[in-house]
Amino acid sequence: MALQPCTEIPTEKPSPSAPIQELPVLKERGQREVFCGLTGIVWLHRKMQDAFFLVVGSRTCAHLIQSAAGVMIFAEPRFGTAILGERDLAGLADANDELERVVKELLDRRPDIGTLFLVGSCPSEVIKLDLAKAAEKLNHRYFPKTRVLNYSGSGIETTFTQGEDACLGSMVPVLPAKETEEPALLVVGSLADVVEDQFKRLFNQLGIGPVAFFPPRRASDLPSVGKGTKMLIAQPFLSETVRLLMKRGAELLPSPYPFGIEGTTAWLKTAAEAWGVEEEKFEQAIAPSVARATTGLGRYKEVLQGRKAFLFPDSQLEIPLARFLSRECGMELVEVGTPYIDRMLMDAEIDLLPPGTALSEGQDVEKQLDRCRAARPDITVCGLGLANPLEAEGLSTKWSIELVFSPLHGYDQAADLAELFVRSSERRRRLSV
Amino acid sequence: MELTLWTYEGPPHVGTMRIATAMEGVHYVLHAPQGDTYADLLFTMIERRDRRPPVSYTTFQARDLGGDTAEMVKTSVREAYERFKPQVMLVGESCTAELIQDQPGSLAKSMNLPVPVVSLELPAYSKKENWGASETLYHLVRSLLLEQVPPPNTDRPERDPAIRPKANIIGPTALGFRCRDDIQEVIKLLGEIGVDVNVIAPLGAKPDDLMRIPDADFNICLYPEIALTTCKWLERSFKQPTVKTVPIGVGATRDFLTEIGEVAGIDVSAALRRSQDDTLGNWDAARLSSSANPGASRLPWYSRSVDSTYLTGKRVFIFGDATHAIAAARIATEELGFTLVGIGTYSREFARQVREVAKQHGVEAVISDDYLAVEEAVAEAAPELVLGTQMERHIAKRLGIPCAVISTPIHVQDVPARYSPQMGWEGANVIFDDWVHPLMMGLEEHLIGMFKEDFEFAEGHMSHLHTAPHQTGEPAAAILSGEKETAVAVAEPLIASDDSKEMATDPGDVVRWTEDGAAELKKIPFFVRGKVKRNTEQFARDRNITSITVDTLYEAKAAIGQ
Repeated sequence: MALQPCTEIPTEKPSPSAPIQELPVLKERGQREVFCGLTGIVWLHRKMQDAFFLVVGSRTCAHLIQSAAGVMIFAEPRFGTAILGERDLAGLADANDELERVVKELLDRRPDIGTLFLVGSCPSEVIKLDLAKAAEKLNHRYFPKTRVLNYSGSGIETTFTQGEDACLGSMVPVLPAKETEEPALLVVGSLADVVEDQFKRLFNQLGIGPVAFFPPRRASDLPSVGKGTKMLIAQPFLSETVRLLMKRGAELLPSPYPFGIEGTTAWLKTAAEAWGVEEEKFEQAIAPSVARATTGLGRYKEVLQGRKAFLFPDSQLEIPLARFLSRECGMELVEVGTPYIDRMLMDAEIDLLPPGTALSEGQDVEKQLDRCRAARPDITVCGLGLANPLEAEGLSTKWSIELVFSPLHGYDQAADLAELFVRSSERRRRLSV
Repeated sequence: MELTLWTYEGPPHVGTMRIATAMEGVHYVLHAPQGDTYADLLFTMIERRDRRPPVSYTTFQARDLGGDTAEMVKTSVREAYERFKPQVMLVGESCTAELIQDQPGSLAKSMNLPVPVVSLELPAYSKKENWGASETLYHLVRSLLLEQVPPPNTDRPERDPAIRPKANIIGPTALGFRCRDDIQEVIKLLGEIGVDVNVIAPLGAKPDDLMRIPDADFNICLYPEIALTTCKWLERSFKQPTVKTVPIGVGATRDFLTEIGEVAGIDVSAALRRSQDDTLGNWDAARLSSSANPGASRLPWYSRSVDSTYLTGKRVFIFGDATHAIAAARIATEELGFTLVGIGTYSREFARQVREVAKQHGVEAVISDDYLAVEEAVAEAAPELVLGTQMERHIAKRLGIPCAVISTPIHVQDVPARYSPQMGWEGANVIFDDWVHPLMMGLEEHLIGMFKEDFEFAEGHMSHLHTAPHQTGEPAAAILSGEKETAVAVAEPLIASDDSKEMATDPGDVVRWTEDGAAELKKIPFFVRGKVKRNTEQFARDRNITSITVDTLYEAKAAIGQ
């Protein structure tokens, strides 16, 4: 298992499109105040209700997920950690035998698990524990009752939402092959169920179909892929998954992401064009949703207009969010930080940023905090480690993890998205203590 | 390899963070991969600290592994020193960095910084958070004080009787259970007996303060998990005796004062007498208008008050860190009149002490950090009250048992806005309230018993203290992403079929309730019905009775009592 750097993503582009805006990017390498890919388990296990995520890692990994999950205690969580001990590291215990024992213990107790993800971590990657091989061996024993897949959510390879990318990537090889070459739409990236249903209704009205969502609500309910599959990407952090799906014959429909009215329209339009939907039909189908969203957004736009936003790198959603905040809410972008920039998935968004936007890639958190303090933005998007300290310095913040956990895609959530940014300043306005 | 769903303790470097964050003028450089910065949020979100913990991380990634990760350590140390100008630098590594063997401590020491560098090698694959905190405090204190250690066999000069004795309070950290308020109570106790506080460490201390530790006459080992190693070293090196009693509970607080009296050679009898003489049950004008510290707790009187008789023999299960579990066992049995039906700890380092307490009460101690094993033990013991950590709070909720939280792992609810110590006289007051409120109020229980035939006590009706029979004493929801406990089965009907998750009901149970038996069971007030059902089923099983009739119900009652 070769270690892949997580930020150096090939800059190839699927097709030459409109001229790309070349924004200067500040590249930084220093302390990165971000979560690792294991954090994705927190929402992935809710999305795929028949899946269990077994991290093969250390006590730190277990502690991280527990802390990031905010002490959400379910009857019994559908994630756990096989904690490596000294015997495993010293080679006194055969790691594969040990893992087999732990998996047996787990599956004996949870016979309802249809898909088991073995999730690699920093320590398991560094000691080169071959989870792919382990998964293969376990499949001999448990498949088809339980399918065992593996991916790495380690911090040395994945930043926060890249964990979802790695997870979905691990599912691509087992997706069934598409039987015909008829066009079929595949929406890639985990969405809240309610949002999925909204999009389903819109695609239906537009006559776009069949439509499948990836990841599915049950990990055993896999969509097929092959020639004719057209991919619409719902989350901007799925570099590896998209490339793997392309290798299986799927075609990427490059588009901005469905955040805000503009993003959602552009996203749907991309699909509509691929399906040859007439302009008039398209406008008609989206009109009620757009009207609703415009009304909803209007109220918040007034508050946000002209305010300054500073985005720390974290979830990879920063660029689409910045586009929304600037173009639909009238905010001024002080700095838009993002862990890494994959041009294939981000160009359509970068093109929409106002000229001269200060983009930064990577992080040196102390320096970035200095810039943030100097700029005194009206709202700062950052992780939970930074939020309260910045609030104490008098800066309004919005924790980025909420942007990943909440249903924010699509027309009917456009106002909710804006409201998240309004809420912290509204709170400041109300409080007199 | 060990399967873990929830953990009681984090890794040892989080223990180091608890020491560093507790102090001022200390900075911790942690060689760790990207992602390990999550630990910052424990302090900024759970404790709601208004500044970041004083920690710099190297946050290396895979691409760095082929290169020079050692250089990253040096860069981080240099930049952290320049930016934060600490008086002492702690340098260590997390689990992943331990594997790549860069030895960050030695690297940092070789940089000749103008401040002391304490290198921390904490084996992440065999040790845990509290041990990490304990080791960090020990290495930090030892590094700073080594030069001051007198030659062996040097006697400590006698204290001038004209000068008040001085004590160090050792052990309170960041992310500790109510440490912030415990310190205030201990200072008050020391004030009552004429002892001055020399240094409190690590919470609120600067490295300069640690340098003054030897000035004190003795050390108070407030939280043994964190402080014992350090106190033992100070005892060996500076002949400073250690006060080991942890003043949680009225009895322990009295013992604490007594022990200090012996160690410091002072008369504490007035304070002890005061704590016994006054019930604090008088509300006269002099008392109401006095701001003086009463030097006593309300717990003894409240516990003797007749409305508390219903607490007699309540079955209690205790689990937590060793310090709080041991203290809770004593309070529960000696001060509230409960019966201990189970005790355990995740602090393996103190397993022996917890086992001793268990033995005194004729139970087997649960020494485990597997919360499923703890859940099993709780279900098996069938307690009426659980005193545990946040983990046991959830276990108790699933089992429909009232619960109070007595120990870390810390949760945002354990950092209340109000003053809420566990130690000293006020701590005992807080404990009385926190443990008794989850239970049905005594008078109310008697009344319900008297009027159980009334329609108000029909199926589903409940007292104002309870939203549902199975959610007794459940505090408000948690923070962060919000406590989404959709999957928790609460409020199950107590007389459910065999597939109910009820605690002592074996899924393969062959015992059945007849219609009239079940109907009679329904007449029993809901808050004791579970116990009666369980006892009756056990009674039936023991006698190979497969069908429970009205008679079986009352035969069981006669045989078991209640």
